[in-house]
Parts: sequence; structure tokens; C-alpha cells
Amino acid sequence: MTAAVPPPVEIVGMSKRFGALTALADVSLRLPPGSFHALLGENGAGKSTLVKCVMGYYRPDAGRVLVDGREYAITNPRQAHELGFGMVYQHFTLVPSMTVLENLVLGRADLPAVIRWDDERARLEAFLGRMPFTVSLDRPVAALAAGEKQKLEILQQLSLGRRVLILDEPTSVLTLEEADQILGVLREMTEERRLTVVLITHKFREVQAFAREVTVLRFGRDVGGGLVTDLTRDDLVRMMIGTAAVPEAAARAPIAERPVALEVRDLTVASDRGVEAVRGVSLAVRSGEIVGVAGVSGNGQRELVEVLAGQRRSESGEIRVAGAPCRRTRVEMRRRGVFALTEEPLRNACVPAMSVAENLAFRTFDDPRLIRTGVFVSRRALRAEARELIARYGIRCQGPDARLETLSGGNVQRTLLARELSGDVAVLIAHNPCAGLDFAATTEIRARIVRARNGGAAVLLLSEDLDELLELSDRIAVMFEGRFVYETPREAADPHVIGRHMVSHG
Amino acid sequence: MSEVGWWGVLIAVVGGAIRVSTPYLFVSLGETLTEKSGRVNLGLEGTLVMGAMSGYAVAHLTGSPWLGVLVAGMAGATFGLAHGAICNLPRVNDIAVGIALFLLGTGLAFHLGKPFIEPSAPRLPHFALGAWSASPQVRAALEINALFVVGLVLAPLLLWGLRNTRWGLVVRTVGDNSDAARALGYSAEQVRAMATMAGGFLAGVGGSFLSLYYPGTWNEGLSSGQGLMAIALVIFARWNPMHCFWVSLLFGGATALGPALQSIGITTHYYLLNAAPYALTLVLLVWSSSTRHTLVGAPSELRISR
Repeated sequence: MTAAVPPPVEIVGMSKRFGALTALADVSLRLPPGSFHALLGENGAGKSTLVKCVMGYYRPDAGRVLVDGREYAITNPRQAHELGFGMVYQHFTLVPSMTVLENLVLGRADLPAVIRWDDERARLEAFLGRMPFTVSLDRPVAALAAGEKQKLEILQQLSLGRRVLILDEPTSVLTLEEADQILGVLREMTEERRLTVVLITHKFREVQAFAREVTVLRFGRDVGGGLVTDLTRDDLVRMMIGTAAVPEAAARAPIAERPVALEVRDLTVASDRGVEAVRGVSLAVRSGEIVGVAGVSGNGQRELVEVLAGQRRSESGEIRVAGAPCRRTRVEMRRRGVFALTEEPLRNACVPAMSVAENLAFRTFDDPRLIRTGVFVSRRALRAEARELIARYGIRCQGPDARLETLSGGNVQRTLLARELSGDVAVLIAHNPCAGLDFAATTEIRARIVRARNGGAAVLLLSEDLDELLELSDRIAVMFEGRFVYETPREAADPHVIGRHMVSHG
Repeated sequence: MSEVGWWGVLIAVVGGAIRVSTPYLFVSLGETLTEKSGRVNLGLEGTLVMGAMSGYAVAHLTGSPWLGVLVAGMAGATFGLAHGAICNLPRVNDIAVGIALFLLGTGLAFHLGKPFIEPSAPRLPHFALGAWSASPQVRAALEINALFVVGLVLAPLLLWGLRNTRWGLVVRTVGDNSDAARALGYSAEQVRAMATMAGGFLAGVGGSFLSLYYPGTWNEGLSSGQGLMAIALVIFARWNPMHCFWVSLLFGGATALGPALQSIGITTHYYLLNAAPYALTLVLLVWSSSTRHTLVGAPSELRISR
């Protein structure tokens, strides 16, 4: 299906329940050809559920999809593809071990039994020639930067003749400039009526800069929307988070000249693939200071954090805490007050099948306070300690014995914060601490990090969210291909300059 | 020790490598295909023994060794399909299922194979490429069996197929990113079941070699863990069919070392030398693995905890 003009699409009364949870209740959208429609909402507001119903991943409990005035029952993604719907997912759906060419060919619905690579190459080169951005066909996808992967995902959809493109938070891994470039191109294509775009996002900036219409979802319901030009940012915020109380951001204490607490000298670290991921990095963080590290993921941040948190060996270099070398063993980290909020806590920092109380005690279970008769961990003391932390950090769970995996993402992160911040924190490493969390949890967690700083902790904050870094950091460094390529104090930070350094040395 | 003697060892090892490598080759090609789809089938040892038994039985009953090979393949495919289907059930672990089917396969083969231990079956044909030589050792070494030739063609064919055909791309997609496969509208479960079935077919054929060519009889001690070692071999071959071919030859050569030395009169450490392939498996796995980085080429959907 390669019709030049996208068909008018209408989504009527879409509803979906998962057990007792109503994920989506009677939501309707009208998408005339060439529209650019934003779906705005918090995590769990039902945005992804809505488009997954349209794409045939979920079977809606009620609701219809009309394409060009005709009703279709879409029961699997292939059917949606035949109708001209294409989706770009939040997580890349490219095959990393294959080349760009192989990935582009893979999507063809009529993939021939034996592939003639020369013909495919010629066809795709001609196609790329007509596109506003391009990607080299012979590179393996694993070697592409996040921005290039996102472009490739979009190119793949376009090369397959998709005319209604649904993008699920496509800019979460991109720099500001990359995001602007890609969304700008898509906006142009909608203006030429070559494409209809549905953009799922929680960023107000993107809605206001690129979308023409917006629908705001909250708890699965359509709570407002309309033409973007008729709405202010405050209108959107109010619709999106409702009247729920949002915790206030912590005030920053002024920085006093304090000693360097964390120092890294010429650190070199190898990745899982055995290549150098961190190449001779040096940095110093003073007590009471937050140093932010910006960068597109995959530029060595994960390996750096893993070494600092004692999860990975370094090839060479030295790590010093309060002036003395620090081996990151469990005992030494606790003694010297080194704590870490590693990214994806369910994978890196917690045991999902163990209880909240047990997860909270990972750093302290052998502390004399929790030991009875010399060797046994006292369950009672463990629970009492956990109850206190649950109350202090507002962890919503069924109690200290609830398994950690039953908690929401925000509460898992609160559990981790309770464990890592309740001791004497001299050094705190935080990596994407708010990724995937909603507005309220994000504000609260950022406030706790600032409070740790005000209390004298040296904080190294690595984040893919530039807004977060600009809000929290005293200094911002940019990490690119395993090196620090740029550094600026908070006052002089310019997101565009930082964005440029995130993709090249320029 | 005469110079001719050492040449004899070399010739015997080369000949042995060709002869003994065939089951390794078939099982490892099958497992490569299965693992490329993101699933591990540890049951191939059982499939191998089942193939050996069923192939021998059918060849004995019909008089056609090739029909035996076909039935052995089909028995293997049945086991592969069973593995594939069971693993597609929610929260089923492929390692555990593989071990269960390994035990079931060998047990069932011993049970059903009892009546076939005595009678003889026709052997698979071979090509006598050594006819030009006067030396009986050279002639014996260059007896190239027909299934080895099939494997020799199959390895590059499989490599080509994985790169250049629809099913090859789909299998690799499922094995590397099943979310992507799902987004493209392919069912990861179906693809894995098919890949496991095809892998089982090849392992079954490998088994028929044991009973129909070398050693060429059916008994319960026929396989000495070749099916399991072939799985380790896949890791060392980095999931590349052509590498499987070379590594199978290496393992075949190691297996032939003990008998070859014995033939020139070196009998000390005979049993130790017979353990060469097992030692080689260990050494290669340790050498090719690292605590510091993951294996290059490993399908990313391969996980032991699922």
C-alpha cells in the first residue's frame, strides 16, 4: 500500500481492561490526512494501550477503527501494516547483529524466499535519496548511535509505505537537536500531506513545538485537548497531572568550597564486548556538589557507573574517596560512605523476588544491630527497620514482606533511595534515577538527591535527560565515546551547545 | 619408533577426523540452527541415540540404509518438535526440558532397541578416494562416507541460507530480538518450534551415522556424549556453520588420537588419550570464554533463566 496521501483515520470509543484495571476508557481520536496529533500523559495513562489496540497488539474490549470511512477489525500487527499503519517503538525493534540493509529488508511483508541483495540495495539507495536524512546501509545496527537508530526506525516505516506513523516516545534517547531535526522533518512531511503522525510523549515542549492537535490522557480517560495553539503549558500540566499534590523541589544550599570527596584518575574500562568503553577518564567531585554527566546512552556511562559501584573491574586508573584509594568492595563502600543508584534497579541493584525488607537490608544485614546470637539475621529487626524506612521514604507497598517485584517503578526507586540515602552518604553515584517515573515521583526523587547534596554528599549524576541535569547539577560534563569532551558550570550551560557535544567533539 | 609409524598416526588421525566428525557435524549444525532462533536444545544427545536406534532398525527391516537415515531424521524431528512445543508453554525452561528429553530419548531408544542389538543392518556407502594408494592405511583413511559429504555441502548451505533467505533472516531476528520479530508480525514461538524441529532432524541423521556407518552397529554404548559435546562445540564455533565444520573435524581428530597411537603400539595412557575430546571440550570452552566480556556472535535471546 503506497498511496501518496494518507487515508483519514477515526478511532472511536476505544476501551481496554486488564483484569480489574481499566487501562483505557472510551477514548476517541480523529486523524485527518496530514495531521500531527500528540498524545500526552503520565506513565500508565493509557497512551501505549490506545495505540497498541489500534496496531492489533491488544484486542480492545470496545471501540472501532475507521480507515477511509470503512470499519476494520485489526487483530494483528500485519493487518495494521496493510492498512498503512506503522509504529516506532520506545525501545528499538531493530536487530542489532544485522546491518542497516538487512534490517530495512526484513520489514518487507512480501519478503522473497531468496533475497537478491543487489536489487534490494539499489531499491533502497533510490529510496534513501528521496529522504531528508540517511543512514549508511552497510553498518551493523549495533554500531549506530541512538539518534541514527531512531532515524533508521522511521526510515524503515517510510520505506515500507506506511502512511500513518505512530511514534511512542521517540525522543527519549535523543539529544535536543536530534529530536528537533527528526520531529521537524516529520512535521514537514505532514504539512505536505505525505504522512499522518501520532506522537506519544510526556514532553510539553515537543507538543507545543511540533504537534497541531493534542489529546491528554489520565488514568485511561480523555481529559482534554484540542488545537495546540489554543492551550498554554499550564493548561496541559493541569490536564496531565490533575489536582494531585506535586512535591516541591528542594532548595539548593549555596556551594561552599569543600574538599574533593570523589576523585577518578585516568580510568579505563572495557565493555562486555571487550572493547574500551571508558577511555582515560578523570574527574573530581567536591562534597556538597552535584556533577552532572550528559551523554547519549552507550558512550561509556554504564561501564563507568559499574566500576564506581564495584560491579565491574577497571583496566587501569585509580578511584580515590576523601583522598585515599578506594576498592569498591561491599565492606569498604559502606565504611567510606559510597552509595549508588544504578540504572534499572530491578536488574542492577535489587532482587525482584525478595521482600522489600530484605532488599532494604542489602547493605546492613550483617550490621550488629540486625544480628542476633552472633550469626543469625533477626527477621524482626529487619522488619522493624524496613517499616521505619517505608514510612520515612513513603514507599507504597503491602508491607515489609511484599516482594519487590510487586511494587510500581516509582516505589522500587524509592526503596533503592531508602537503602542508599539513609546512611552517612559521602559519595553518591546516580544513573538515570528518574527514568520511566511519573511527574510526582520524579520531583520527589530529584528533591532527595538535592537534599543529599545539601547534606554534604558528593554526587555524580549521569543522566540521559538533559532537563534533569540542568535542574540539578552544579557542573555539567559531556561524555562521548568514553571520554569527557566538554564541561561547563551550571550558570553558563546552554542545552544546544551541550547537545552538540553529545554527538561529536565539535 | 619408525618414521613410517608417525606418518601412520597422522594418517589415522586425519582419517579418523573425517570418520568420527560426522555426528558432531550434524548435531552441531542442528544446534546452531536452533540456537540462532534463541533456544537451547540440550536434549540432542537423546535425539542422537534415538536416531541411531531407529535408523538401524529401519535399515535392518527394509534393507535400505538411506531409508534408515530418513526415519532417524524424522524421529529426531519429532523430538525437536516436542522440545519446541513444550518450551513454548509459559514459564517453561528450555534447559530443564532439554535434559528431560535427553533422558527420555536415551531411555526410549534402549527400550525399543533391545531386539536390534544382535541382527545386522546394511551399511551406508562410502567413496574410496584412496584407491590410488598401495598403503592400506591411506586407503582406510580416505574412505569418505556419504553422510560426511552431505554435511560438507550442508554447512556452507546453512551459512548461505541464514544470510540470504527469508527464513534465515527471520530465524536470526527471532534469536536476536524477539520484540522486533513480533513487531514485524512473526511469531517467535512458531519460528523457534520449527528451528528446533529442523535441528532435531539433523541430530537424528547424525545418530543414524553411528549405527549405520561407524561404528556401524546398534548397542547401548554407541554414543559417548557426542550429542552433548556438539552443543559445547557450537559455542566454540560462534554459531557459524562453517566453523562448526572445522571444529567438528578437530574434535573428530582428537577422538581418533587414542586408537591411532594404539595402532602403532603405544598403549600407555590409552584410556587417558581416549578422553582427549572431553579434555579438549573443557580447554576450548575455558579458553574461548571470559569473565570480562560476552561472546561475540551469541544470539541475544539465548538465556538460561527463562
